[in-house]
Amino acid sequence: MSSYSDAINKYDPVLGLETHVELSTKSKMFCGCATDFGAEPNTQTCPTCLGLPGSLPVANKIGIESTIRIGLALNCTIATYSRFARKNYFYPDMPKDFQTSQYDEPLCSNGYLDVLVDTEEGSKNFRVEIERVHLEEDTGKLTHAGGATGRIHGANYSLVDYNRAGIALVEIVTKPVPDTGEYAPLVAKAYVTELRDLLRGLGVSDVRMEEGSLRCDVNLSLTPKGSKTWGTRTETKNVNSLRSVERAIKSEIERQAIELNNGNTIKQETRHFQEDTGTTRSGRSKEVAEEYRYFPEPDLVPIAPDSKWIEELRSQLPEQPSIGRARLAKEWGFTDLEMRDVATLGAVDLIAETISFGASPSAARKWWAGELARKASEDGVDLTVLKISAKDIARIDVLVTEGKLTDKLARQVIEAILIGEGNPDEVIAKRNLAVVSDDSALLPAIKEAIEANPEAAAKIKEGKVQVVGVIVGAVMKKTGGSADAAKVRELVLKTLGS
Amino acid sequence: MSDLTKLSAFELSQQLQAGSVSAEEVTNAHLDRIEELDKKVQSFLHIDKTGALKQAKEVDSKRKEKQKLSKLAGVPLALKDVLTQKDVPTTCGSKILEGWLPPYDSTVVKNLKNAGIVILGKTNMDEFAMGSSTENSAYFSTKNPWDLTKIPGGSSGGSSAAVSAFFAPLSIGTDTGGSIRQPAAVTGIVGAKPTYGGVSRYGLVAFASSLDQAGPFARTVLDCAMLHEVMAGHDPKDSTSINQRVPDVVAAAQMQDVKGMKIGYIKELNGKGWQPGVINRFNESIELLKSMGAEVKEISLPHSIYALATYYLIAPSEASSNLARFDGMRYGLRVDDGNSSAEEVMNKTREKGFGKEVKRRIMIGTYALSSGYYDAYYAQAQKVRALIAQDLTDAFKEVDVLISPTSPTTAWGLGERVNDPMAMYLADLATLPPSLAGIPAMSVPIGLADEDKLPVGLQIIAPFMQDDRMYRVGGAVEASLKSKWNGLLIDQIPTLGGAS
Repeated sequence: MSSYSDAINKYDPVLGLETHVELSTKSKMFCGCATDFGAEPNTQTCPTCLGLPGSLPVANKIGIESTIRIGLALNCTIATYSRFARKNYFYPDMPKDFQTSQYDEPLCSNGYLDVLVDTEEGSKNFRVEIERVHLEEDTGKLTHAGGATGRIHGANYSLVDYNRAGIALVEIVTKPVPDTGEYAPLVAKAYVTELRDLLRGLGVSDVRMEEGSLRCDVNLSLTPKGSKTWGTRTETKNVNSLRSVERAIKSEIERQAIELNNGNTIKQETRHFQEDTGTTRSGRSKEVAEEYRYFPEPDLVPIAPDSKWIEELRSQLPEQPSIGRARLAKEWGFTDLEMRDVATLGAVDLIAETISFGASPSAARKWWAGELARKASEDGVDLTVLKISAKDIARIDVLVTEGKLTDKLARQVIEAILIGEGNPDEVIAKRNLAVVSDDSALLPAIKEAIEANPEAAAKIKEGKVQVVGVIVGAVMKKTGGSADAAKVRELVLKTLGS
Repeated sequence: MSDLTKLSAFELSQQLQAGSVSAEEVTNAHLDRIEELDKKVQSFLHIDKTGALKQAKEVDSKRKEKQKLSKLAGVPLALKDVLTQKDVPTTCGSKILEGWLPPYDSTVVKNLKNAGIVILGKTNMDEFAMGSSTENSAYFSTKNPWDLTKIPGGSSGGSSAAVSAFFAPLSIGTDTGGSIRQPAAVTGIVGAKPTYGGVSRYGLVAFASSLDQAGPFARTVLDCAMLHEVMAGHDPKDSTSINQRVPDVVAAAQMQDVKGMKIGYIKELNGKGWQPGVINRFNESIELLKSMGAEVKEISLPHSIYALATYYLIAPSEASSNLARFDGMRYGLRVDDGNSSAEEVMNKTREKGFGKEVKRRIMIGTYALSSGYYDAYYAQAQKVRALIAQDLTDAFKEVDVLISPTSPTTAWGLGERVNDPMAMYLADLATLPPSLAGIPAMSVPIGLADEDKLPVGLQIIAPFMQDDRMYRVGGAVEASLKSKWNGLLIDQIPTLGGAS
């Protein structure tokens, strides 16, 4: 019996997820600075986001509006009176040594998000309840130099980039999610996936986990089966991909179960997920509750969204992702399972775009959910960041349909595009990858293949045409896959007079 | 004393507009007097001679080109060192900001520059505006020009001393719990704290964000109003800035009439333990106002007795958070031996860079905000604050303005209260209720106390965004006393020496 099923037989996991979403507002949350990702360090700063003495914040209305829209999409109650609060703690990545956040008066509270998970009894709905959605500012970014670990301890010096400081950040906190049993890792993954699609649909964030615009912390505790009291929870940070969400929970369930089986107690602490091992390691201990000395931010005025504004925003909400997916699945002829796979991969928009450039739905799915998903997984990134566009894939599909590329050649074209060799037509020209269907170019290879396979050739001559594959395969191998297989077959049969 | 330094801002502005004197001459006259006599008073932390003369010359050339200029263009001013001025040192009276050059102008400074007001330099203050005597400056103590052994009030003591010593006709202070009104009172000049949100806080280095307010000092009520008008107005960079028309304080200052006005004197702020000479002058003011046709009656503000306790929870709480950023990581002092962690550098920098009073308030505030104490202290203080404000709202249903002595005593001796923070805090007793309520209040001179021949101030409190009302009363009191004394109270100040 695996350690996971052993754990699940003895304990019930209770999940909790805290998700941070960087909003894609043009300017920062409390000043007018730009928010472009990857700009030269400390070029997108001003007295306010540098926290210079005397500077003051002014709230970005779009940031507030985006947060309310997220709350509405998550079925939350929108506060009629909400305030920012200061979260006080010292750290060099925080220019003011406090973070402007929200405490006991968040903008949105008490919502839910339904997610579907495949179980042994078929597809099952799990309702994840949302505790709160609040708005805050991001911190600067620290780079520790000279140390072995890349962490602040042991570093020779540290560099701070305040470009990120003050970017609008929305925190979405779930209530504890019980009763997911063995499906806990899948429920968590489905929740983050669904949330990501919902946020993308709202157009409020890039939701790119690898760039940090969507970040997830996972809380987990185990309760012995039959017990009513929940166990001590751990908080796992650095969970930076959908796959990691699933892995982190699974590994934390196993780890906590072993601790409990050995008669140990679970320490309330922050843990860090490690991509390479798929396990979590201990971070800060949280035994002493953190003292943030929250109090209402006196430099900002309270937010009091009126019902007219809220209803206007509600009426402008886009279609829920699950409804949109059902519609698209029907339109594209995908099964539920196919559609869910595609959604989990974050490929729905890419496929839609590929189709809009002329590809067939099945081909678009084949490439994005197959070859490209594999590449993305190898690199540990999201599909959206692969250096290939929907337009490229659509063009490749057209070339395959027209017989100008074989599947094998198409894969080579994709490889080349991913390493920056240009668009499909440029790659084909540069690498000379076009399908060979010219008789004179193919005949020498066919002749050679027949000579190398006399037995097969003899059988074909006797009329056993089904053996032709052996010869065709040899020709394809010889030509490095660039031959038009149908044409080769035709020529082989013609040559052998069958 | 040169004639030019003796003139009010209004008189200077008339001469400047008439062309009988240049801004450069006016500026030089004040700079000369500062150079000669500020070693006695020590009101300035930084004198920006080059910058001031450059500004003055610009005004003169604009006037020569017949460009439109504001009334106060070319009039010199002293600026409290808590407001940022681009590329000019801004220390807040603290070692932790020594050497910092702000890369931006505060909105107040921007407004001054747009009006062509010449900024002579930055004035001394209690460190981060925490104190009532300017003895908490990390650099030196400023002396009261009336008696160089006495304190000039605080925290804006450099600004009050500069104006009463005729180093500038105008200065700017900030008031969190009385830091403009009390220094004005003890140096015999006029000082006003506008309605909270009336003057932008952008570029005002925060002590207590929900209370801090910049305001004017001058030797006359009219000058004060003219500067008030320049400073005030909506600023989109300050979320708490009020988007309303600035009350017409200049017109109000010139009315010189209180006939029919209803004035309340505050029962709780006139009590036992107050200096008799202060009470005497205050009682005379009541009679004076009555004689001018005002209806004066007693008003009780029952919760005002809790103002001190409330203030000393709210202000330090906000300060503990506002002052967190001074950690040696980005600007100002950094104590770093090259072998310390970031946390150690922060600790050592703050240990060395902050003075005793600042540390005391950071500790009080940190404690009051801590979980388990928050409800008992900070949250409770906010509730009492609301009750104090409600008392005032109720009072203004009965009267147009409220009055009290500005401070329980006249200026005390340098060093007398430095080891007794409670005695120091009591100086703010009368100024705290309007601060907590966010309403405007000012201090005007009403004479010298019998015991020590030191100035006494009258505090006039007006309702939210009715700043003009206090100027009306202040202007009338000033005019009446001026005719009685045949001059301003400040004209009775002993000479500081030097060429006069």
